[in-house]
Amino acid sequence: MKNIMENPARDSTASKSSALEPTPDFRADFIVVKDFNFFYGSKQALYNVDMEIPEKRVTAFIGPSGCGKSTLLRNFNRMNELIDGTRYEGDITINDRSIYDSKIEVIALRRSIGMVFQKSNPFPKSIYENIVYGMRIAGEKNKKVLNQTVEESLRGAALWDEVKDRLHDSALSLSGGQMQRICIARAIANKPKILLMDEPCSALDPIATAKVEDLIHELKKSFTIVIVTHNMQQATRCSDQCAFFYLGKLIEFDRTAKIFSNPAQKQTEDYITGRFG
Amino acid sequence: MENILDRQTDFFADHAISSRSARRSFGSRVLTTLCVGLSFLTLIPLFSIVYVLIAKGTPLLSWGVFTGLPPAAGLEGGGFGNAIVGTLFMVAIALVIAAPLGMLAAVYVTEYAPFSKLAHTVRFVAKLLTGIPSIIAGVFAFAVVVLVTGQFSAFAGGVALAVLMLPTILLTSEQALLGVQRAYREASFGLGATPFQTIWRVVLPEALPAMMTGVMLAVARAAGETAPVLFTALFSQYWARSLMEPTASLSVLIYNFATLPYEYQVDLAWTASLVLVILVTITNVFAQLVFRKR
Repeated sequence: MKNIMENPARDSTASKSSALEPTPDFRADFIVVKDFNFFYGSKQALYNVDMEIPEKRVTAFIGPSGCGKSTLLRNFNRMNELIDGTRYEGDITINDRSIYDSKIEVIALRRSIGMVFQKSNPFPKSIYENIVYGMRIAGEKNKKVLNQTVEESLRGAALWDEVKDRLHDSALSLSGGQMQRICIARAIANKPKILLMDEPCSALDPIATAKVEDLIHELKKSFTIVIVTHNMQQATRCSDQCAFFYLGKLIEFDRTAKIFSNPAQKQTEDYITGRFG
Repeated sequence: MENILDRQTDFFADHAISSRSARRSFGSRVLTTLCVGLSFLTLIPLFSIVYVLIAKGTPLLSWGVFTGLPPAAGLEGGGFGNAIVGTLFMVAIALVIAAPLGMLAAVYVTEYAPFSKLAHTVRFVAKLLTGIPSIIAGVFAFAVVVLVTGQFSAFAGGVALAVLMLPTILLTSEQALLGVQRAYREASFGLGATPFQTIWRVVLPEALPAMMTGVMLAVARAAGETAPVLFTALFSQYWARSLMEPTASLSVLIYNFATLPYEYQVDLAWTASLVLVILVTITNVFAQLVFRKR
């Protein structure tokens, strides 16, 4: 299977302005959104979005409900195509390759991009079967490989010690926070390069939220993380840079510290200080 | 002991006894009584059917009716073993035709192309078909199978019943599939699954219990149909030796014997009715037990 991430034709000389200073070992323009418009039927959800998301950093999307942040997130792995009557203009590239490139299979794209949803959605199967789902559909049958991945992924999601004795119990028997971490473990079992998180903590209590946030800090060592959140504190706690969306437009994109201390746009300031939204 | 309600009446005195609210509460009581009364009324036909079936059906109920052949007019003894077997065979044929077709069509309509023209058409036609009189299904099978093969047969009866079952199976399966959370599909697609993998590994296992319940309901209904079987499978006094010959069925046996002037045959029709109802009930209970959601 072709992997979109393994693109040798990587142009590191292209120095475009980015929210974060490019560091030598990571690309500042890992995901590039170019003049992107998106439509649900006749309703336009995104307007001319341009942004560059750096590698191995946490990028948070904030903004009021219906501002398009989830829509953009769900375009990165082309999940929006599952909805009837959607349409896009512009382009999104990951590691210099367009995700809409006809040579890229959407299956391969989604395998290389993990996604965690707002409502935790483990399959009504055992913990073990949840984790190996991605490998099973890819045709992996080697029991040793499967077992090893289960342990790695659950350790990666800081869940191994909690569930190692009941891997074959139903995943639905876990607590809400554990279920969400199962979903994270399931996503990283595919060994993706990017992790998309769509309000991963909105249904969790503060303790479970703290655990997931700790996990995000761990995960960013190996993954590029894009997280949509309604929680401003969460954005400040977890993210390196922050994008503020309003009415389908990208209003401001900068380092998180800058956005929350000294935003350039009035709308951003109004939103983060709670004057609207 | 002092009644706590008395004190409350005082407490609510300002609001309690206006003539309007009194009238309203009287109206509410009348409506409640009416609803309860009518609910009991609907039970009367149901229970009287069960009562009469048991009262008239049990006298002849014995092992012999399950193994014997229908008696000729005026004779006594025998049973309707061949009709039970015939009904089972025809329902089985119908099931083999209609269940895969209906379930797969439902998968297509809900999972693959829910908004396509074809899906809309299939859904519309299925709804239309549920309202079609069962005799039309018989006419169809008569024209397509009986006239073509040149004989009445269990196969023709099965085809007629399949036509009847198909829309029910399709529509209940569709509902079952729609009942599977969207989140499961998203999770599966998000992990890089193909539509087929998503359906096979996630959606179908979730929807299967409800789909099977729908199939069993269709089976139960088809088993009791007379009209479509009457002029496709006809009837037979003998055990069926192949699927391509006239075959007895419980419903047609009941229809035939109930109209005969001989007491024994009429009583046998009652017994056959009881057996048919019991078979259908067993099917339903079985379906509920086996396919109940864990």
